[in-house]
Amino acid sequence: MADYVIRTTNLTRYFGRKRAVYSLDIAVPRGCVFGFLGRNGSGKTTTIRMLLGLLEPTRGSARVLGHDSATLSPDVRARIGYLAEGHHVYGWMRVEECGKFQSRFFSNWNDDLFHAICEYFCLDPKARAKNLSRGERAGLCLALTLAPEPELLVLDDPALGLDPVARRALLESMIYVTRQKDRTIFFSSHLLSDVERVADRIAILDRGQLRACCSLETFRSRLRHVVLRFAGRPPELPEIPGLLHAVRAEGEMALTIVNYDGQTEEILARLGAERIEPVEISLEDGVISYLGERGERSFVLHGPEDAS
Amino acid sequence: MALEFRIAAGSATPIYRQIVDQVRRGVAVGALAPGDQLPSVRALAEQLVVNPNTVAKAYSELSGDGLVESRPGRGNFVADRRQVYSKAECARRFDQAAEAFLGAVLVLNYTPQEIQQVLAKKLVNMTTARGSRRGRSNG
Repeated sequence: MADYVIRTTNLTRYFGRKRAVYSLDIAVPRGCVFGFLGRNGSGKTTTIRMLLGLLEPTRGSARVLGHDSATLSPDVRARIGYLAEGHHVYGWMRVEECGKFQSRFFSNWNDDLFHAICEYFCLDPKARAKNLSRGERAGLCLALTLAPEPELLVLDDPALGLDPVARRALLESMIYVTRQKDRTIFFSSHLLSDVERVADRIAILDRGQLRACCSLETFRSRLRHVVLRFAGRPPELPEIPGLLHAVRAEGEMALTIVNYDGQTEEILARLGAERIEPVEISLEDGVISYLGERGERSFVLHGPEDAS
Repeated sequence: MALEFRIAAGSATPIYRQIVDQVRRGVAVGALAPGDQLPSVRALAEQLVVNPNTVAKAYSELSGDGLVESRPGRGNFVADRRQVYSKAECARRFDQAAEAFLGAVLVLNYTPQEIQQVLAKKLVNMTTARGSRRGRSNG
């Protein structure tokens, strides 16, 4: 049995009649960097707030670091670093005061690390938080979140609004955290090239429902783009399980297919194409074809390693 | 000799494969010789700003192919060249590479003669570079 730092069971939340998160089952193994993906309003922040016990689930439950999210003790909370969306800080405090203030809440506060990250983001310790740029404020929030050396880091869209330099510094900080093998990072993001750099595993949320939860590698290998070339007009498209997207043109047909397997290959072989060319697609194109309107909604992708 | 790694996130080629390809190419053109040490997984991950598991996966594929030798506790080294594939596997890989190359080149409207000339010239350059590199590392 693997060691999971986050595990949700049937996690569901309604706001009035609106379903924000529906029957979510995700498992985050210890030591991984987990990218939480989905469009705006797909329920990522709602999920994160439930994980941290800041919002009550309508149904289901979440366990974080082995404890029920609904009743996290201060000791367990101190082992979780949470960077909320929007990088909130008390504007009237100076950078160094923010550190002092935060340090009082944590017994294992690493002041050297706090100052190192502040320096890395070129923050003036005497500057008032309200006068910092967005990137600087993100750096400060990151320093405040990392300095207690949390076992589990939960970052809600940490790259939002950052310039490329600040974003790179954020990624470098995340890679730095992985120096300790037992640290886990759970983060949401829309920047798929960043996700590709730092994440081992991803989950994709679509209108409150889980559409994929697997390693990045599994996601990419299960998603195929194939171009079929025909001598004349391509035939009518048969039923293809897992078909996400099809484009027909004169003499060719391009298909994006999920969970491509031997059966899919047989169906394609029967179409009488002159050539069948597999084409690799980027993570971004994969996620877009997955979440686009044309996407079928019934395919939850689980890696073989996720079988439980 | 150090190989300068460059990766592009967001490309259709996964990052681990970009690393594998660069080491392969480095060995092919002689920028890397048998016995050369590769950066540690951690060092390369921090340099490229990618997840260490991605680098580890690249190295394990390279060592599976016999191109890189992992010496426990010491690091990863470019292996002595030896034939690691069966004849049939060599033929399959050659065919695949040739198809990919011709697919990319034929649309550019060069004549077969021109393609052959360019290839012959590059082949001479690459093999002599590798030869001289090997000579240096031996002596």
